[in-house]
Amino acid sequence: MTYAFPFSAIVGQDDMKQALLLAALDPSIGGVLVLGDRGTGKSTAVRALAAILPPIKVVQGCTYNCDPTAKGVACPACAAAAAGGSKLKSVEKPVPVVDLPLGATEDRVVGALDLERALTAGEKAFEPGLLARANRGFLYVDEVNLLEDHLVDLLIDVAASGQNVVEREGLSIRHPARFVLVGSGNPEEGELRPQLLDRFGLSLDVRTPTDLAQRIEVIKRRDAFERDPQTFMAAWKDADAAICDGLAKARKRLEKLEVPDAVLEAAARLCTRLGTDGLRGELTLMRAARARAALDGARSVTVKHLRAVAPMVLRHRLRRDPLDETGSGVRVERAIAELFDREVAAS
Amino acid sequence: MTPLADADSSAGLPGETSESRAAELWGRALHAAALLAIEPAALGGVWLRAAAGPVRERWLALLETLLPVDRPRRRIPLNIPDERLLGGLDLAATLQAGRPVAQRGVLAEADGGVVTLAMAERVPAATATRLAQVLDRGEVQVARDGIEAHLSARFGVIALDESGNGDEPPASVLTERLGVVLSLEGLLPSTCTLPPLEELRGWQRDIVSARIRWRHTHADDEALQALVATAAALGVDSPRASLAALNLARMAAALDGRDAVDGEDCTLAARLVIAPRATRLPPQHTDESPPEPPPEPPQDQDPPSEPDPPDNDAEQLPDKPLEDTVLEAAQAAIPAGLLAMLQASLALGRTRSGGKSGATQTNYRRGRPAGSRRGSLRPGVRLNVIDTLRNAAPWQPLRRREAMASGRSPARVLIRADDFQVTRYQQRSETTTLFVVDASGSAALHRLAEAKGAVELLLADCYVRRDRVALMAFRGAGCELMLPPTRSLTRAKRALAGLPGGGGTPMASAIEAAQQLYERLSRKGDSVVVVLLTDGRANLDRNGRPGRAQAEEDALAAARRARVSGMACVLVDTSSQPAAHGQRLAAELGALYQPLPYADPRALSARIGASVAALAG
Repeated sequence: MTYAFPFSAIVGQDDMKQALLLAALDPSIGGVLVLGDRGTGKSTAVRALAAILPPIKVVQGCTYNCDPTAKGVACPACAAAAAGGSKLKSVEKPVPVVDLPLGATEDRVVGALDLERALTAGEKAFEPGLLARANRGFLYVDEVNLLEDHLVDLLIDVAASGQNVVEREGLSIRHPARFVLVGSGNPEEGELRPQLLDRFGLSLDVRTPTDLAQRIEVIKRRDAFERDPQTFMAAWKDADAAICDGLAKARKRLEKLEVPDAVLEAAARLCTRLGTDGLRGELTLMRAARARAALDGARSVTVKHLRAVAPMVLRHRLRRDPLDETGSGVRVERAIAELFDREVAAS
Repeated sequence: MTPLADADSSAGLPGETSESRAAELWGRALHAAALLAIEPAALGGVWLRAAAGPVRERWLALLETLLPVDRPRRRIPLNIPDERLLGGLDLAATLQAGRPVAQRGVLAEADGGVVTLAMAERVPAATATRLAQVLDRGEVQVARDGIEAHLSARFGVIALDESGNGDEPPASVLTERLGVVLSLEGLLPSTCTLPPLEELRGWQRDIVSARIRWRHTHADDEALQALVATAAALGVDSPRASLAALNLARMAAALDGRDAVDGEDCTLAARLVIAPRATRLPPQHTDESPPEPPPEPPQDQDPPSEPDPPDNDAEQLPDKPLEDTVLEAAQAAIPAGLLAMLQASLALGRTRSGGKSGATQTNYRRGRPAGSRRGSLRPGVRLNVIDTLRNAAPWQPLRRREAMASGRSPARVLIRADDFQVTRYQQRSETTTLFVVDASGSAALHRLAEAKGAVELLLADCYVRRDRVALMAFRGAGCELMLPPTRSLTRAKRALAGLPGGGGTPMASAIEAAQQLYERLSRKGDSVVVVLLTDGRANLDRNGRPGRAQAEEDALAAARRARVSGMACVLVDTSSQPAAHGQRLAAELGALYQPLPYADPRALSARIGASVAALAG
């Protein structure tokens, strides 16, 4: 049994934790891309997610984690059962956080014919792959910039459509595959293709903490965890439960939160100023600001929330200016300061 | 005290000879082997920098002796396929048993032991990253060929790095996870003797008891602080190094039969784990600053020379903070030349890393075969027959039954389109020479014809080297791609011959267009060199409006941007008298400057050819 390091015990890296929580709260924000220094706990944070997300209701026995209350999208089995008028039994289950390891073959990612049943029973049956298991959860690709091209294409396609279509051996399967794509990597290993970059709603640049006390705390906790995982997990159980609780409450609030016109306008102005292409940036900015407000327990979405999320929403959407050596994050901050602080001063 | 610790306490005496330093290094290497044998997985392994030879063999033999017999040892060959590394379907067993049988990969087989990675510096980034992922998780996640499994895989990696000082080191994604860094370079076999067998028996007993005890060894805050602060001072940012150092210090204490980590253990950990990864020297102390390494280490047979700080301070100045002692010891263990190497790599503007996904790309036509993938038979792809058959094999009984059921007599082997596996190739990146020719009035007046002649000769040269060429021309309204990247010499010549002259000189737009194409091709993995033929006199600005001053300003700004983007460029000045314009533009472009020698396209071709070859590397 391998234990996952508790989410609440991760030292610092607040942006990364925040981004993962926002994406968990509102999956329509899109995926999260975490680039940066080695050993900054990128994988640790993602793997810790399963323990802090409120469990979901799924149809009992459904490998695709179908939502018993949802109308429309359902896997073939659940759709058939629903059409037949039978009542779907629902059970609670932790949110799936599925790892897509390098070296995975396409058949295990998209799903293929069940080899076992083909060989032993001579039957044709579909065996769902990683995409099916990640439905309604997270799909994590570590070292995403080293993933093979044909798998990247496949992920882009499925992430965009929310459906996985398999045509194989005369089987034709179509099943829901809506997941939050989380990618991590080190930019030194190679650039990410623009099409893939665009699929991520939020992006972060994580750095090693420079503060000595913080560094010592990182080592201390990690060491304690490795020497005695059970005791360590127990010590952080309450803190993890508090985050889980907060997420559940925030999800309720999220449904009621409206984004006022003034905030929408601010989002549009910021995007125009930074010259980001397309509407995707604005839309994500709005959703992320709303999720942030919900997480903060605010009554309404304000420009303050917008400002907090703008760097992670817009950083990877800027056109690169090779002459400007400052990082994209700094450029976003600068634009925010120019746009909003001046107004504050004027009013 | 075990004999192991002796090697270290004799270290650092003033006026020591290089021989005693070599003995000290070897002693520490022996100590490291004993520590690794305690629990290889807890340290991640060892990054062993040494040429193949008796010294390395002896060290490996020692590790082999010290590692318990029941621990698995595996070896990873250079281009190991994924199914051997990670595991997959065991086809033969599957067919025989009539049910899927999984095959464990090398990494899962090595659980609890060690894997040796020969020629680690040549290991492809893909393999290194897979290894790194498994090291992180302590298990192999198999998702291949119809098999899904999580198999425990906790092992230490022995990465044999023969890159010496010149070559690119192994992928940093891997070396970062290997706790111990040892360099045996420069050690002579005469210095490096192994202890007698009966002594080793004693070591083995110590190792066995340390294995049980080390995790319960106490490390106080001072020790932790010393290690982390040392790492921070030497610019070792990843927490993995500090964590490995802490584990190593614990093991050293346990091996010595103690229950708590002391200063010696921290010093050893700093030397074996942190110092070799140093990326900078610590800020200078105000008093009795430790001497700097000599600026020019002599290039002789000496082992990595160390400066002579008083690193047996621990005994002499007991009130000195542990942090300082450990830092000084670590600093003394920084291999000579490491910082020089580092600075050189920084000057080149890129950090060393294993991955170069920009420089190579896979396609389905040329290059070195790099496995196969599922695919359809389109023109231009090559069917991988073996993999296709392998794919089809498990499904034969099912298909045969189906065929029988539908009343057909089945063929001997039933292959379907779904089985097709096509070969993937790892393509060596191509060199493309992009000619950007000034066809404006000013240039035409001067020697456009000669420029064309030179380009033709260059084209012929490119053709001989199987490089690709592309041609852009700019005049009047803007810059036009006359010839997309091609290998066809005929097409290139035709495009060039039909090149009309006359009009203004939109230099800025031309440079921008060249940069765009440069970036597009570079992203595809080509190495691109731009050859810009012009007299350097811009007279149309970025927006196509006439005006010399603005036009020149725009051109220089565009040149600066192109330089920052890394565009490799040769500027051929076609004006009759090479003038300041061209030189200035070349300087802003960071380009090699070549004036067109009067009426000698052949000489020009030779010179540009040399420049291009140099830039394309």
